[in-house]
Amino acid sequence: MSHALNHTNHLYRQDFAIIAGWLRFGSKALDLGCGDGSLLRYLRESLEIKGYGVEKDDANWLAAMQNDIDVIQMDLEAGLSEFEDNSFDTVILSQTLQAMHNTETILQEMLRVGHEVIITFPNFGYWRNRLQIMMGNMPVSNDLPYEWYNTPNVHLCTIIDFDQFCEDNHIDVIERKVITNGHAIHFMPNWLGNLAMYRLKRSV
Amino acid sequence: MSEINSVGIVAPQIAHFNAPLTLTCGAVLPEFDLIYETYGELNADKSNAVLICHALSGTHHVAGRHTAEDKHAGWWDNLIGPGKPLDTNKFFVIGMNNLGGCHGSTGPASINPATGIEFGASFPVVTVEDWVNSQAMLADYLGITTFAAVVGGSLGGMQTLQWSLAYPDRIKHALVIASAPNLTAQNMAFNEVARQAIITDPEFYGGDYYAHHVVPRRGLRIARMLGHITYLSNDVMGAKFGRKLKDTIKYSFDVEFEMESYLRYQADKFAGEFDANTYIRMTRALDYFDPAAAFAGDLSAAFKHVAAKFLVLSFTSDWRFSPARSREIVKALLDNALPVKYAEVTAAHGHDAFLMQDSHYHAILQRYLSQVEV
Repeated sequence: MSHALNHTNHLYRQDFAIIAGWLRFGSKALDLGCGDGSLLRYLRESLEIKGYGVEKDDANWLAAMQNDIDVIQMDLEAGLSEFEDNSFDTVILSQTLQAMHNTETILQEMLRVGHEVIITFPNFGYWRNRLQIMMGNMPVSNDLPYEWYNTPNVHLCTIIDFDQFCEDNHIDVIERKVITNGHAIHFMPNWLGNLAMYRLKRSV
Repeated sequence: MSEINSVGIVAPQIAHFNAPLTLTCGAVLPEFDLIYETYGELNADKSNAVLICHALSGTHHVAGRHTAEDKHAGWWDNLIGPGKPLDTNKFFVIGMNNLGGCHGSTGPASINPATGIEFGASFPVVTVEDWVNSQAMLADYLGITTFAAVVGGSLGGMQTLQWSLAYPDRIKHALVIASAPNLTAQNMAFNEVARQAIITDPEFYGGDYYAHHVVPRRGLRIARMLGHITYLSNDVMGAKFGRKLKDTIKYSFDVEFEMESYLRYQADKFAGEFDANTYIRMTRALDYFDPAAAFAGDLSAAFKHVAAKFLVLSFTSDWRFSPARSREIVKALLDNALPVKYAEVTAAHGHDAFLMQDSHYHAILQRYLSQVEV
């Protein structure tokens, strides 16, 4: 699974730091669509996280292996049958949700495998996206760098949409952070935030 | 052919063991030989040794050539040599012929010291566990306590798995390629057909054909043909031969299609160089291997004491040892929170892909092995 966002941009480090803040030192994490493994490497180096990655793309898989990530090559769309219930403290899906076809399935699978789930995605409600639509075009930006005809992003959503999704699927939102260019957004997040980050667990 | 990065001219060596070896079946081999080759230099603290475990028809001759005129290099020569993934500037690589083999290690065609004639049918059925125990004896003989890595494809991958189970403190990295934690019923069925072809050959003589100065060629040929079909994918057979005719249709049962010509060539070659008693024993070792059996089928429980780091590789078109079987190994490792890297390599060549030089496959091995500390 390829990430829709560029891993090297400065937003990404802020993304890492917030995720790290949601993990316990030395805990066990599974990163789905782990790309080149830089998040897991960061978490290993900063918090001694015992991590596994899942990655479908050959080049990303090789890069993750070079980062000495324990990386499993498989397609997330098929579910997480290799992973037992509650076998991870945290399961992470970083900037990949919007490219998943079986959105509900993967969410349920993540909640099955992890005690907690972290989801991050580009907020389609961000004002620059809305502006481009108002001007009559599908949004193209650093965060959504594809044209409508070649985008892997098939399930874009806004923060309001995702909040509703969690409510409908009995998923508890433990914490939500919204950032734009590395800065936390507290005021009108669905307008002003371009990256949404959720910390979730199963509703009890 | 260019010989850049080759280990060059190599010579096999024989280690003789006088210590009796009790086999899984209960039989005892009072003494035996193991033939092996080595490539590269063993370092001072003997920490850079890598063992290659061979598959069904493999040998100790893994890399290099025996003479300058030798037409064929060792069977995994594309992997081993200076600058290759198993870099002999870094590693000391050992290839060994398994017990029961027919290339120099004690096997059914060897002379039984107790009788002065070939073992033949009396040579015991050996298992993957027996092989690994004898490989550990060879390691002791060479002064190697711990392998930096054990590497094997197919049946060789099963031996690698067994190493991690039986000698967890003697193996740092396990490279399990195109393998499985046991055979499926379908896979065992192929083995049974191969064995039946050999055993029912009138020139098999119950396994004691040496005394009759014949070999069960017909049986071996059919067994090899069947094997070859299952090692290749439908796509690759289609691309290689398709329905191509050698000449025109002759309404006969001679060789008319290219595919038939290929199968017969492979069969003749094999029947001329491989021992039938070895072949039926190798397939039995495949059938019997099932480390989960002692744990009520729970492979994860079997892996409880594993300590090695794993690289598990499968190939998309391999239907004899399919990716799903490799993922069972991966699951058992994940269940025990053990280090594992798993890739499903896109390849057209079916099971044989593990022997091929594919750039992505070799890049994986190169990068993984470059991170192995010695």
